[in-house]
Amino acid sequence: MAVCVAVIAKENYPLYIRSIPTENELKFHYMVHTSLDVVDEKISAMGKALVDQRELYLGLLYPTEDYKVYPSHQSPCVESTFPNQLCRYGYVTNSKVKFVMVVDSSNTALRDNEIRSMFRKLHNSYTDVMCNPFYNPGDRIHSRAFDSMVTSMMIQVC
Amino acid sequence: MEGLTLSDAEQKYYSDLFSYCDIESTKKVAANGRVLELFRAAQLPNDVVLQIMELCGATRLGYFGRSQFYIALKLVAVAQSGFPLRVESINTVKDLPLPRFVASKNEQESRHAASYSSDSENQGSYSGVIPPPPGRGQVKKGSVSHDTVQPRTSADQQEPASPVVSPQQSPPTSPHTWRKHSRHPSGGNSERPLAGPGPFWSPFGEAQSGSSAGDAVWSGHSPPPPQETWVSFADTPPTSTLLTMHPASVQDQTTVRTVASATAANEIRRQSSSYDDPWKITDEQRQYYVNQFKTIQPDLNGFIPGSAAKEFFTKSKLPILELSHIWELSDFDKDGALTLDEFCAAFHLVVARKNGYDLPEKLPESLMPKLIDLEDSADVGDQPGEVGYSGSPAEAPPSKSPSMPSLNQTWPELNQSSEWETFSERSSSSQTLTQFDSNIAPADPDTAIVHPVPIRMTPSKIHMQEMELKRTGSDHTNPTSPLLVKTSDLSEESKINSSVKFASGNTVADGYSSSDSFTSDPEQIGNNVTHQRSHSGTSPDNTAPPPPPPRPQPSHSRSSSLDMNRTFAVTTGQQQAGVVAHPPAVPPRPQPSQAPGPVVHRPVDADGLITHTSTSPQQIPEQPNFADFSQFEVFAASNVNEEQDDEAEKHPEVLPVEKASDPASSLRVAKTDSKIEEKTAASVPANVSKGTTPLAPPPKPVRRRLKSEDELRPEVDEHTQKTGVLAAVLASQPSIPRSVGKDKKAIQASIRRNKETNTVLARLNSELQQQLKDVLEERISLEVQLEQLRPFSHL
Repeated sequence: MAVCVAVIAKENYPLYIRSIPTENELKFHYMVHTSLDVVDEKISAMGKALVDQRELYLGLLYPTEDYKVYPSHQSPCVESTFPNQLCRYGYVTNSKVKFVMVVDSSNTALRDNEIRSMFRKLHNSYTDVMCNPFYNPGDRIHSRAFDSMVTSMMIQVC
Repeated sequence: MEGLTLSDAEQKYYSDLFSYCDIESTKKVAANGRVLELFRAAQLPNDVVLQIMELCGATRLGYFGRSQFYIALKLVAVAQSGFPLRVESINTVKDLPLPRFVASKNEQESRHAASYSSDSENQGSYSGVIPPPPGRGQVKKGSVSHDTVQPRTSADQQEPASPVVSPQQSPPTSPHTWRKHSRHPSGGNSERPLAGPGPFWSPFGEAQSGSSAGDAVWSGHSPPPPQETWVSFADTPPTSTLLTMHPASVQDQTTVRTVASATAANEIRRQSSSYDDPWKITDEQRQYYVNQFKTIQPDLNGFIPGSAAKEFFTKSKLPILELSHIWELSDFDKDGALTLDEFCAAFHLVVARKNGYDLPEKLPESLMPKLIDLEDSADVGDQPGEVGYSGSPAEAPPSKSPSMPSLNQTWPELNQSSEWETFSERSSSSQTLTQFDSNIAPADPDTAIVHPVPIRMTPSKIHMQEMELKRTGSDHTNPTSPLLVKTSDLSEESKINSSVKFASGNTVADGYSSSDSFTSDPEQIGNNVTHQRSHSGTSPDNTAPPPPPPRPQPSHSRSSSLDMNRTFAVTTGQQQAGVVAHPPAVPPRPQPSQAPGPVVHRPVDADGLITHTSTSPQQIPEQPNFADFSQFEVFAASNVNEEQDDEAEKHPEVLPVEKASDPASSLRVAKTDSKIEEKTAASVPANVSKGTTPLAPPPKPVRRRLKSEDELRPEVDEHTQKTGVLAAVLASQPSIPRSVGKDKKAIQASIRRNKETNTVLARLNSELQQQLKDVLEERISLEVQLEQLRPFSHL
């Protein structure tokens, strides 16, 4: 279940960020923000290679309760300690627009393919938003279609 | 029965109900069946119903006549209004709301009514006054305030006609003059069991799905009387209570009827979709849209780019957010451009929004560009997924379908504008390649990509000059042919080669064999010539003199050159080797050495055959063109004539061979054209002698040179005839049996010459083949590069 979806512009400001539950939104904002660094790190590491669909996989697992961020990479001990494990996934488009998704893996261990498909959908919806002549790149995304798509992702993946 | 005065609305309504109940159309309605359902739907206590029935006299009659039915209905209304049931109350009660019939029955009722009404289409079929088609707005209005339905209904009228039938939309004076038709239709439609996204939208959605009559009127445009309770109404979730309220109003009736199961609703909706779809675009509206479309994009099948659409719709002064949403709805294929249908949908939505309608979450059915009929879509949920990309047939021609070859998402994005397509067309490899090919004008024929094939078809001065130059051997800079080494020979060879080449080229299948049979020198020359010829074909500036133009014989067309190439390709390995070995000299085969050999031997005459045979075997292993060797053998066996015999059939170059053997090849060069002609002439007779039509006339120069030889040829033929092999040939050539012995030497000389020419031409052929291969390879590589680059250029 995607608990948070964020679209970050090239200049690293958010174009769209939405999370559920609606509380703790700030926490999610922080999460996304911190993940940006990792994203950038991966981007630079990739070099000229074309951007993979999922080029960032952070094994950030930390519980929602205590809001602690353990930048550990899937340390097993963490799992046992914290019930909720939030995994953050990143995705970068060719235009350096980043999608960050925070997924709650407690319910279902989402496979990599599922994450990829979710990002693909996100990308497609984002492209549709871009196609809208009334959308100025750099604006916040207010598209209802995009919202509905994200909602479906957040609910469905639960 | 008391006189019953019914208002128009009542009249309609009642008649409608009566029709509904009167299944059998007997003008009499039995007490049971629909009538009971109807009364039950009235939600009146049973005793009241009984009372009503009694009052109206049905019990007396045992059935409901029309009048009884009407009375009963009136009484129902009275009862529902709370008035005591009295016969007198029928007429005394003023402003009695129409009887309301609720419950599931209504759906059937409504369904039937709808069907009925739809069938009857409009008021016309009703007995009674046909109310003037109320403005759409009016129809819609009825929704909220149901109490005073009557006046409204009367105004709206059409309702009794059928919930489904929507009054004809009065053409809007202008879309923007539409009043807020509110979502009444949606309100009305809310009953429709549409799973709307929410209370607000559900009515809308239902409305869109073609709700009951008046509602559809949204598309109608007469300014509705301000009923704007619709908003609130719309907000109220559709419930049966609403339905109960509805009957009071015209639309209510319609809604009532439309209440119920989704199936019924769907059915009605489907039927009424064309009537009362609030989102339906009227013809006038559509025309207006089309005109507006034309102002932006004259081509109705074209696209309106996003930027133009943005400007256009920004003029409507709607907030950008809403415009953005409208765009999302209307740009069906998400390509950033609007087709006519999409544009109309967007415009329609803009108009609706300006008139106060809320934007739907999904594109209404009627606004969707689709291939299939609305009827068929039968999708309650507005956006049937199966909707195609092309425009609805009813409306503008599918503008996008032709322009949207593929439906996948990637393509629409690529088709952002037609420029993409044009761009791709422009950058089509074929075009560029052709240009590439045609632009081949290498300064350095050696290294540059030389068009190897084209052969000058017509003699040109350049060719002549080149031939001359070649002859002189001064400018054997023909890089393509290593044969240039032999300058003197080259000149001759060029001629010979050209001639031979042509000849060999002419002999489609066996051109090579003939060329192989040529002497080395002629071959070389021929090769050079051919090389040069090719060069000249592409760049007359070539230093190397172009080969003499091919004879204007059909076989001398490019096909001949191709044949040569083929020959060269086939014999490339060998010939090239030979060529390399003897740049301008003898072709790879031992022929050069042997050619003269046989030629030399030829004079031996009788031994000519032997010599030929001696040479041929040597040649045979080296040349893949066994045919040549066979011919050579034949040649050896039968001297020139034999060759001519067999070869002429296959390659009339024999003549050139003979001619090539003529050391007066220089002359040949000079007399390119004439020679060719002569050769043709000579070859013709020679070929004729062989009993075959000349496939390829010998190269002109050779012919020319051999003009004298031509004369000798017959002598040669005669010589060959001596061998007896050419008996038939001789027979065909009356000229042959002339002086035999005298011309023996001449024949042999000519044979030698021809062989030389053959070899030269063969070598030239091989070289040209190699050049062609190189050029083709380069072309392929360039094509590949272009292909690799092209996708990037589209990114």
